Amino acid sequence: MTYLIDRRLQGKNKSAVNRERFLRRYKAQIKDAVGRAIKGRSITDIENGEKVSIPVKDVNEPHFGHAHGGVWETINPGNTEYQKGDQFNRPRSGGGGSGRGRAGNSEQTSEDDFIFELSREEFMNYFFEDLELPNMVKTQLTQTIDFKTQRAGYNVSGTPSNIHVLRSLRGALGRRIAVGGPSRRAASELQQELEALFDAEVPEDDPRVVEIRKKIHHLHTRINAIPFIDPFDLRYSNRIKVPKPSTQAVMFCVMDVSGSMDETRKDTAKRFFILLYLFLKRVYERIDVVFIRHHTAAAEVDEDEFFHSRESGGTVVSSALHLLQKVIAERYSSSDWNAYVAQASDGDNWDNDSVLCKQLLNNGIMPKVQYYTYVEITDGPPQNLWEQYTEVAAHHANFAMQKIVTPADIYPVFRELFKKQPK
Amino acid sequence: MPDDRTNPRALPEQSEWTFDLIEQAHEEIRRVAKKFGLDTYPNQLEIITAEQMMDAYTSVGMPVSYNHWSFGKHFLSTEKSYKRGQMGLAYEIVINSDPCIAYLMEENSLTMQALVIAHAAYGHNSFFKGNYLFRTWTDAEAIVDYMVFAKNYIAECEQRYGIDAVEDLLDSCHAIQNYGVDRYKRPAKLSVAQEAARQKEREEYAQSQVNALWRTVPRREEEERNAPPPRFPPEPEENLLYFIEKYAPLLEPWQRELVRITRKISQYFYPQRQTQVMNEGWATFWHYTILQELYKEGIVGDGFMLEFLQSHTNVVYQPAATSPYYSGINPYALGFAMMSDIRRICENPTEEDRAWFPDMAGSDWIKTLDFAMRNFKDESFIAQYLSPKLIRDFHFFAVLDDDRSDKLTISAIHDEAGYRYVRQQLAEQYNIGNREPNIQVWQVNTRDDRALTLRHTQFQRRPLNGQAQEVLKHVARLWGFDVRLETVDSTGHVVSFLDCRREKRHR
Repeated sequence: MTYLIDRRLQGKNKSAVNRERFLRRYKAQIKDAVGRAIKGRSITDIENGEKVSIPVKDVNEPHFGHAHGGVWETINPGNTEYQKGDQFNRPRSGGGGSGRGRAGNSEQTSEDDFIFELSREEFMNYFFEDLELPNMVKTQLTQTIDFKTQRAGYNVSGTPSNIHVLRSLRGALGRRIAVGGPSRRAASELQQELEALFDAEVPEDDPRVVEIRKKIHHLHTRINAIPFIDPFDLRYSNRIKVPKPSTQAVMFCVMDVSGSMDETRKDTAKRFFILLYLFLKRVYERIDVVFIRHHTAAAEVDEDEFFHSRESGGTVVSSALHLLQKVIAERYSSSDWNAYVAQASDGDNWDNDSVLCKQLLNNGIMPKVQYYTYVEITDGPPQNLWEQYTEVAAHHANFAMQKIVTPADIYPVFRELFKKQPK
Repeated sequence: MPDDRTNPRALPEQSEWTFDLIEQAHEEIRRVAKKFGLDTYPNQLEIITAEQMMDAYTSVGMPVSYNHWSFGKHFLSTEKSYKRGQMGLAYEIVINSDPCIAYLMEENSLTMQALVIAHAAYGHNSFFKGNYLFRTWTDAEAIVDYMVFAKNYIAECEQRYGIDAVEDLLDSCHAIQNYGVDRYKRPAKLSVAQEAARQKEREEYAQSQVNALWRTVPRREEEERNAPPPRFPPEPEENLLYFIEKYAPLLEPWQRELVRITRKISQYFYPQRQTQVMNEGWATFWHYTILQELYKEGIVGDGFMLEFLQSHTNVVYQPAATSPYYSGINPYALGFAMMSDIRRICENPTEEDRAWFPDMAGSDWIKTLDFAMRNFKDESFIAQYLSPKLIRDFHFFAVLDDDRSDKLTISAIHDEAGYRYVRQQLAEQYNIGNREPNIQVWQVNTRDDRALTLRHTQFQRRPLNGQAQEVLKHVARLWGFDVRLETVDSTGHVVSFLDCRREKRHR
């Protein structure tokens, strides 16, 4: 007896649990790898899987085995030259004369790391887990969607301003032809009959003529009674609301790179920017990212320089805001662009400059941007910049600011910043 | 495409398989296999996807298995090399069960499906059913059910005691799984129902035995004075996992059951480890013979045969020892050559064959081959059947590597003087007793610190590998107290030892 069974639809992904177990066991190493990946990757390239490597000695499962030494006598195939009694030097490493070293069981484990790929989902899980955020992927964050109305054919109901004249009259004409048809046909038959009578020289007052004329008159009355236009004929232009494909946004990353912004703080900032990017990615098809770094002077740089340049100095925040304003005016002024600004700083600024920042924001920048977030990465007390920005926040609903102490704060802060705005 | 072959049952020349065509091919293969007298368990052919093949491949080849990170590790590495195209998947996995389950991967061509059916469903299957080791050690009827039992039991333990606790224990068991087999005793066959019923009983009994072992009730004084403490265990025990299951003082009943499960699985695979050359050789010989027969009968055509021969040739390729591709002797190549050679000796013996194999030369090849399949393992099979012709064909040569000598010596080659020596050495090479270090439970210090001493009896002065210390930690975790591993030379003197001390407070 034989069975032929199609199992292809069953038991898919049976190893998923074992895979998970593996990831769970090496969580620390994988998290490290993800952390390194975040540092090494550009913000826009974050949503891919990642190759993770773990030192082989860590994943090795030990077993008893023999090591080299003592007496080994092995049989090998493919002799071409040797005679019994020949002697030759020991080959330096394995191979050659002896075929015993089984990789997993030999004394020297190979130096290659155990490398495997995290899927995109797994990568994102680790990314978000680092932010202490188990279910973030599921959480639907607030989405600001603009609607635009667009024509979508014709409708039988609507407001008078939307009446489509051509469609309505065309309908009326059709109705009139349809409804008046039989009467008109009857009338024209009677007319022919009448003319036949005239041809036979029947007098005008012949009762048959009178009768026909009466009928024709009646029919014409009926035809005339068909309304030229009826509510039934009315067609309205149909307009529906569709989400406006706000296809493009520009995201400004503004970072203070004064001496106090060390690697850790930059890393925290980067994670915040990544989160913002992922968030915007859900709404916009295309996102430009502009990096502005500043100490006493501001410059637009590429991402690599943004995070890794060591150039540093004092702090004049307003220099960055001036540059921001300039970039918006030059390249992103059209209404097609949705501008978002994320500013990260440790909050240290020159005293007089903070007031200037407030003015720049209030008068120049805030009206031009969708949203402006300021995160202060510090564990110290609020500084003057914070105080000035608090005043900006009081006047602008689309300005938000929070403090981040550790990476674990990033997500809660992010949520706080991007919670649904009361309209 | 016109089909000019005359046999009305001929398979169409096409690459794509369909269920009907597989059935048809299988029917022909079954018929031919029967003609050659292959005795098999009923077959169950299962079509699976590449991913499912990777699943099966990485969970010890069983259709069900418990969950463990190391299976995930194998899956990840298999997946990686498969996706990169570095490795074709093993296109056959066959399970020693009744019915015998053979997997057919959906990506295979019709030719490959036929090859796998002939190879797995008739070759391996008949080997499982016929070979004495499998008959003695494995219970084909019960294995799948047992794996289900094991999976459920372990899942239950994970719920009750936590994944970490279970994982730690399994790690330790896996580390010495090769030392979880009985080599000489024969296990009783049990159905799953009996297994489950006895499992509870076993827990209670085992626990009571443990207590008896460590009984601290003061003995009568004269007894104490006169008799030296009895040695425990009275005889060295080769089955480490068995010993731990029965006597480890601190294991909970569920932990003992887990030790037992890993031991049972290890025992189940023990025959496979001892019959690699024979099993693959037998299966390869039969897929080759059966498909050749189908070609002769006109059931399969030239295109089919070309594709088949290409795969077959790849499978039995043996690179020379000097080749960069050399990674030891290919069991498919050696096994296939030996099986074919036995047939040749029966059918067309030379003078040399008559001298070396007087009983075999000229005998009925099917009977002779069947006898060989049933009654040997790799070691004895090679010692018995490797012919001078094959030694010449393979250009076998023996290299002696003695660390007391500066140089390697060619101790024998494929010549008249070397045949017996090469054959004997090659047989030794397949002796699991030589391949794996001989490590046994030697003694337990029952009076004092309960330390366990293992004894490694050196073979040819070969040292243990660098992982021994790590393995010892696992043994100590299972045993719960200090563990020592002594290495003794051939004269019984301890030449070195490793220690693994436990914290006094356990776990």
